[in-house]
Amino acid sequence: MATYATTDHHEDHDHKPSGFFERWFMSTNHKDIGTLYLVFSLIMFFIGGAMALVIRAELFQPGLQLVEPDFFNSMTTVHALVMIFGAVMPAFVGLANWMIPMMVGAPDMALPRMNNWSFWIMPFAFALLLSTLFMEGGAPAGGWTLYPPLSIQGGNNVAFVIFAVHMMGISSIMGAINIIATILNMRAPGMDLLKMPVFVWTWLITAFLLIAVMPVLAGAVTMLLTDKFFGTSFFSAAGGGDPVMFQHIFWFFGHPEVYIMILPAFGIVSEIIPTFSRKPLFGYQAMVYATASIAFLSFIVWAHHMFTVGMPLGGQLFFMYATMLIAVPTGVKVFNWVATMWRGSMTFETPMLFAVGFVILFTIGGFSGLMLAIVPADFQYHDTYFVVAHFHYVLVTGAIFSIMAAVYYWLPKWTGRMYNETLGKWHFWLSTITVNILFFPQHFLGLAGMPRRIPDYNPAFADFNVISSVGGFAFGITQLLFAWIVIDCCLRKRGAKATSGVWESAKGLEWTLASPAPYHSFTTPPKIDDRMLAHGDVSH
Amino acid sequence: MGQATASSNAYYVPHASVWPIVGSVALFLLMSGAATLLNGGSGMGLLKFWLGFAILIFMFFGWFGAVIKESLQGLYNSQVDVSFRMGMVWFIFSEVMFFAAFFGALYYARIFSIPWLGGEGDGFATNQLLHQGYEAAWPTNGPDNVGGFFETIPAWGIPLLNTLLLLTSGLTITLAHWALKVGQRGALIFWMSATIVLGIIFLYWQAYEYVHAYQDLGLTLGSGIYGSTFFMLTGFHGLHVTLGTIMLIVILFRCMAGHFTKENHFAFEAVAWYWHFVDVVWLGLFVFVYVL
Repeated sequence: MATYATTDHHEDHDHKPSGFFERWFMSTNHKDIGTLYLVFSLIMFFIGGAMALVIRAELFQPGLQLVEPDFFNSMTTVHALVMIFGAVMPAFVGLANWMIPMMVGAPDMALPRMNNWSFWIMPFAFALLLSTLFMEGGAPAGGWTLYPPLSIQGGNNVAFVIFAVHMMGISSIMGAINIIATILNMRAPGMDLLKMPVFVWTWLITAFLLIAVMPVLAGAVTMLLTDKFFGTSFFSAAGGGDPVMFQHIFWFFGHPEVYIMILPAFGIVSEIIPTFSRKPLFGYQAMVYATASIAFLSFIVWAHHMFTVGMPLGGQLFFMYATMLIAVPTGVKVFNWVATMWRGSMTFETPMLFAVGFVILFTIGGFSGLMLAIVPADFQYHDTYFVVAHFHYVLVTGAIFSIMAAVYYWLPKWTGRMYNETLGKWHFWLSTITVNILFFPQHFLGLAGMPRRIPDYNPAFADFNVISSVGGFAFGITQLLFAWIVIDCCLRKRGAKATSGVWESAKGLEWTLASPAPYHSFTTPPKIDDRMLAHGDVSH
Repeated sequence: MGQATASSNAYYVPHASVWPIVGSVALFLLMSGAATLLNGGSGMGLLKFWLGFAILIFMFFGWFGAVIKESLQGLYNSQVDVSFRMGMVWFIFSEVMFFAAFFGALYYARIFSIPWLGGEGDGFATNQLLHQGYEAAWPTNGPDNVGGFFETIPAWGIPLLNTLLLLTSGLTITLAHWALKVGQRGALIFWMSATIVLGIIFLYWQAYEYVHAYQDLGLTLGSGIYGSTFFMLTGFHGLHVTLGTIMLIVILFRCMAGHFTKENHFAFEAVAWYWHFVDVVWLGLFVFVYVL
């Protein structure tokens, strides 16, 4: 990385393209593409959220009242697909687009045109997916895991869903390739691998996971396609195949996928907590190694999603212990966040509130995950609302909270304006209270035996379902406040002007740039000053 | 387009491009057209499918054309070159993982599901109650004899020949690379052409084998798990060889046009890596699909 052959270009730096179409549809700019990803993700968050409210409305009372059972099943299925592939993953890619070039001292992503293609596949993929809602036979209703034979007994939606998943996979793979090339090739001289911000590290490892498992998902859904339309027998015992084989292949993708949705969150929280504790991150290298360990382990634990499907005892033991092993590196991370806060001069601006909320509530989700890892206990919990509560703690108060924290943390850097701090705090407290009203009772429902993905239930479960539904609507409405805060900051520009540092002791290259950041982040490689890094032990 | 100005130490960012959005529209038309056709639609489905396909081809010409033009103008520095290399390496890795899913299906069927169907271990009751009389074997089309009687293709005929063809093509493309690096364009074009011819002969034998399987052996995509794994693995591999051959032909034309220099020929190397990748996948296929 010593020498740079020189090439400048006709679009000289800091000149945004003039036309609307050129700027937003033909972009090669990491910030504009990052913005597109984030806006897309927010729209999908509300679409997926509306589906969740249909579910919670139907479950408000026992008995069938609002929607047909098949539509209810479609809602659970499409809600999951939209939230996972449309909301959480694009939000993290959007954040990566905005922040990684700034954090490593690059002008842009390594492959800017491919970056644009990665984004622009997404709206089309979701048009394909959501079009099934208006189709004869309705949207897919067999669960987002697409287990055969149920999933391929759907109507016209099957082929559309499969091709939509293919397109999402193409987009994710190209996005991940771009992120790896950016991190490995575009760092400014002196930004050694073990000096990179933790957010960059977590994304490097996440990108590797994406490239390793998205093609496996593509293979799995391709086999579904040929089983339905071309007479193959991959998942049919009559022809020597096995429906359980789909579950193995799917979860070989699916388990790393859950870490794809949480490792960048770990990175975000590792950026925010040091800033508002006014201390370097505790145990930087341990954080990096813990992330890598979690990523490695994520490849050898997939069958813990399938304990009740039938598996040799040795398999159950292996997957149980391997799963529990993940608690070790995860525990290292939680310990390090707490140790970073220990005796720090802490203040609680909105990003910090969401980060601390993340540490506590994500850990609850982690603990319920440990409970689910225990094979005999899982036989009780499997396919109950306990599982629903578990993964919503991990994904909503984990991944989504971290995304909210990141937006509040970096919004002043993106827009040059502070957001409304009072409303931000309201958003945090309302979200935190309502999300617990929404999901905590689901633990009790699950332990009492309420199955998931069923539109009706035993009247004995009525009380907790009422509480959960009230929490659900309150949480949903609260998110409109978030949309307003972001719109207020970006478009109305009423807030105070942000300084380049924004926060009192924020460290890292992104805070050396002006707010809003210039259109091309670094046009020449910046000098790296170790004192500007957000972590302590860089002198390894 | 760009003028290369000589300011020192600057990064390179390419100008805006219309091709990504064109590609997205093409994929959307192609995929929704294919889905419509699979659902039994015709007119609109066919139109969308072929329109999407045509636009996709148009996009590849446009996008790669723009990149080649910029490359020839000397706009790309060594850092851009490294980004391209990383992009290609990780793309190939994603392809490896795609094949891994199908190899995984093959191993799973042979090691677990077929012995279970035959009554091994926990499968005892299943075998007695559902598939009485079924004995685990390979090749198999399952307890229901799905697709009827079939024979398999022996490894030591055409598959062995194809193995030798592809291995030889790996050698010839390396000879072409050596010729390129010492600047012997005649030898480069000769060895490139030889590689392409070997690829096409491979594809010919592969197609011949498929026709033979369908017409004489009763082996089809619908021949239970054996037919499924056999045709999906060899089919996706054949598709990749086809794409690789098209890429080689493009590179041959670019060699003839004098696009590559001794030092600067990333596109050639990328296609060579891809060719080696399809070669290695074939070795896996030969061993696990044909021999074992």
